[in-house]
Amino acid sequence: MTDVPVLQVDDVSVTLSGRHILDHVSFDIREGEFTGLIGSNGVGKTTLLRTILGLQRPDAGRILVSGSPMSPRSRSLGYVPQKIDVDPDVPMRARDFVALGLDAHRYGLTRRTARQRELVEQVLHDVDAERFANSRLGGLSGGEQQRVFIAHALISQPKLLLLDEPLANLDPKSVQQIVALLHRVARSYGVAILLSAHEMNALLPVMDRIVYLTGGRAASGTTEEVIRSDVLSQLYGHHVDVLQLHGRVLVVAEPGQDNEDIAQHPTLTLG
Amino acid sequence: MVNAWEVGTMVAVVGGVVGFFVVLRGSAFPAHAIPNGAFAGAAGANLIAVNPLIGLGVFSFAAALGIGTLSRRGRSDAVTALALVMMLALGAAFLSLSSQYEPQIFSLLFGEILGVSSSEILPVVALGVVCLVAVAVLYRPLLLTSIAPDIAAARGLRPPRIEIVFLIVIACATTMTVPVVGALLIFTLMLGPAAAAQCFTNRAGRAMGASVAIALVTIWVSLVSAYESNWPVGFYVSVFSAAWYGIGRGYLWWRTRQPGRTTS
Amino acid sequence: MHVLFEPGFFTSAPVRTALIIGAVTALVSAVVGVFVVVRSQSFAGHALTDVATTGGSAAFFFGLSPLLGFIGGGVLGAGAMELIGVERARRRDLSTGIVLSTALGLASLFLYLDTTNGATTGATQQLLFGSIFTVDASMVPLVLGLSAGTLAVVIAINRPLLISSISAELTKARGINLRGVGVLFMMAMAVSVGLSSIAVGSILSTALLIGPAAASVRLTKSLHASLVVAGALGVVATWLGILFAYDSFYWVPSSQGLPVSFFIVSLIFLTYLLSGLPTVLRDHRRSARRDSGAAVAATRDSLEVGA
Repeated sequence: MTDVPVLQVDDVSVTLSGRHILDHVSFDIREGEFTGLIGSNGVGKTTLLRTILGLQRPDAGRILVSGSPMSPRSRSLGYVPQKIDVDPDVPMRARDFVALGLDAHRYGLTRRTARQRELVEQVLHDVDAERFANSRLGGLSGGEQQRVFIAHALISQPKLLLLDEPLANLDPKSVQQIVALLHRVARSYGVAILLSAHEMNALLPVMDRIVYLTGGRAASGTTEEVIRSDVLSQLYGHHVDVLQLHGRVLVVAEPGQDNEDIAQHPTLTLG
Repeated sequence: MVNAWEVGTMVAVVGGVVGFFVVLRGSAFPAHAIPNGAFAGAAGANLIAVNPLIGLGVFSFAAALGIGTLSRRGRSDAVTALALVMMLALGAAFLSLSSQYEPQIFSLLFGEILGVSSSEILPVVALGVVCLVAVAVLYRPLLLTSIAPDIAAARGLRPPRIEIVFLIVIACATTMTVPVVGALLIFTLMLGPAAAAQCFTNRAGRAMGASVAIALVTIWVSLVSAYESNWPVGFYVSVFSAAWYGIGRGYLWWRTRQPGRTTS
Repeated sequence: MHVLFEPGFFTSAPVRTALIIGAVTALVSAVVGVFVVVRSQSFAGHALTDVATTGGSAAFFFGLSPLLGFIGGGVLGAGAMELIGVERARRRDLSTGIVLSTALGLASLFLYLDTTNGATTGATQQLLFGSIFTVDASMVPLVLGLSAGTLAVVIAINRPLLISSISAELTKARGINLRGVGVLFMMAMAVSVGLSSIAVGSILSTALLIGPAAASVRLTKSLHASLVVAGALGVVATWLGILFAYDSFYWVPSSQGLPVSFFIVSLIFLTYLLSGLPTVLRDHRRSARRDSGAAVAATRDSLEVGA
């Protein structure tokens, strides 16, 4: 266990098309931590993830991965994007796509070693994808493709795995399964996880820390530290209440509050 | 006629390999547009009495760069369409300024494979080798950027850059193939065989191999047919390529109707 | 002024016919083209012109009117496109490409047969690249009629057409027949492509279809504005092209002049490039940070529904 955080987001601000999407956002992620990035749709979660990945240059602040400035070339981060929709005509098996996770960046044609092939088998096993490993990637269901993409990201053994809204559009049972899977592989691969979602309850059992994003500002810490009326009220800029009910969390604004997040995204009010 | 076989074989190999990625990336339109740049180049070279291959090369290269950079700003399909017709119009203008308007147009557009001279073999083969080497070097980056560009970008690959390089590869392939099957029909060889191949197998490497094999068969049969009937070789290439595509689709359709089978 | 309008321009009958036919076909193409661009069907639109080429060369071979052939080919091509459908873009583009190349292959056969069997020369040049100065004046009423009809159809279906371009779901929800609108529009495309093939040749009629439309979509914000601007751009480019081509008889020593289509296409291409200028200038002034290594960097234009 080293001291240097795997990820340091340091006072990052991003403006797009005149809007301040991210406003002095700061938080750290330590080795092996499971962090949920919670915020309603359109609040800037994807922008934050893209900034961390080096795909979006921040106007201010910096991103450090294991103490060094972030660059996509360093390939220290794994990424599972939000939209996973591979064309069914594409001639590629799930297994081959996972193998690409090892060497897609390499130029030239080199044969894969036996060790590499073993690694592919191992990762496929760990994400429960052995059953359809030889099927065409585009022919798999959304959930199956998602697992293949996770395997693809894991196989290069990154320090941190970022997932953009992996739980959106999934039925509750699938949500449980994927959260359990991520928790499991996080432990066995020793990889930290940063996962964005607009609904935090499914993650409460596994989250070590939470980054709560609204209006461009973020509060980070454990769920006990962040999901409190005083902290969130300050974040939102007006009073909100936090209710705990049957093990679930609700964030509720007073009626008449002109707050986009809570008013228009009831999933957030349900916590 | 012997020359035609050698050149034709090279054309088929390159067409099959490059075509695999053209189909994978959905780049049918640029693959159609860039050869039209070649048409203008050959016509222009003809006008100033320069080796047509140079004109072909320069203009397809320019077309590739033009389409690549302009696509980033506007709608890529509209830009591609306009670049395409601009090249054609330019070629028509060049040809009208020379004295051999009519027959030149036809052979540049539709091919004159039986008229390939020995002096043209070497540059054609050289260009072919360049194309194949480029694809070999970029094989894996091309695969990832074609299938999952977001992930590729996160890994430090640069999809826009790779796209431009690929368009240049198409330009290269075009330059060597236009004298054979003509500007308008080269891209048939890049479409049909590869499209059929991806129906027959799940594996990228095998699909590329199948693409080359089908392209070879297509061009050999087309050469024989063109020789026998005197009809343009491009005609046969396009008809056979379309037929292969139909066979591929039909095969897929038949497979999906087999009960309880997953594609293997 | 005399330098610009070489002698005989305004009195020459072929020129007058060319101006009328050119303007009308450009107008129709531009209006239809706006929808083609908005529906991102530029490839399909271009493929139609190539199928029209087949029709034209076949008609020529069988001694029929090329206009008939162009339109007939376009209609067949439109039918094929409808069969292909619009599901996934990759598969749709692939099928479009195959149809296109088969059509061109057939065209090559007919053109070959034209030149070897028939006594006529210059078929390729005429059909593919246009011969607006040699269009018979008797064609004008037919062209006018077809153009008016096509315009009427497009204007009649313009709302459902726009809605169906934005969202298939929304179209069905409103009770609009998605397939029906699509087919009608494809037919309109086929006829307009056939008409402009007379003016600039089948291979180049894509320019009249896509160019003015794409430029005006970049410059305007509403559908109606872009229709008007596109039409204007198309007509102006065509008239200027005819003028320059006529003048080039005198400018170019070979005394054959450069093809009209060359001038028209060049002007249209230039217009399109210039239409991107405002955005470039705006971006420079803002000096916005660009995404590094972003997967997709294209900016998309958008149109609002309604005026």
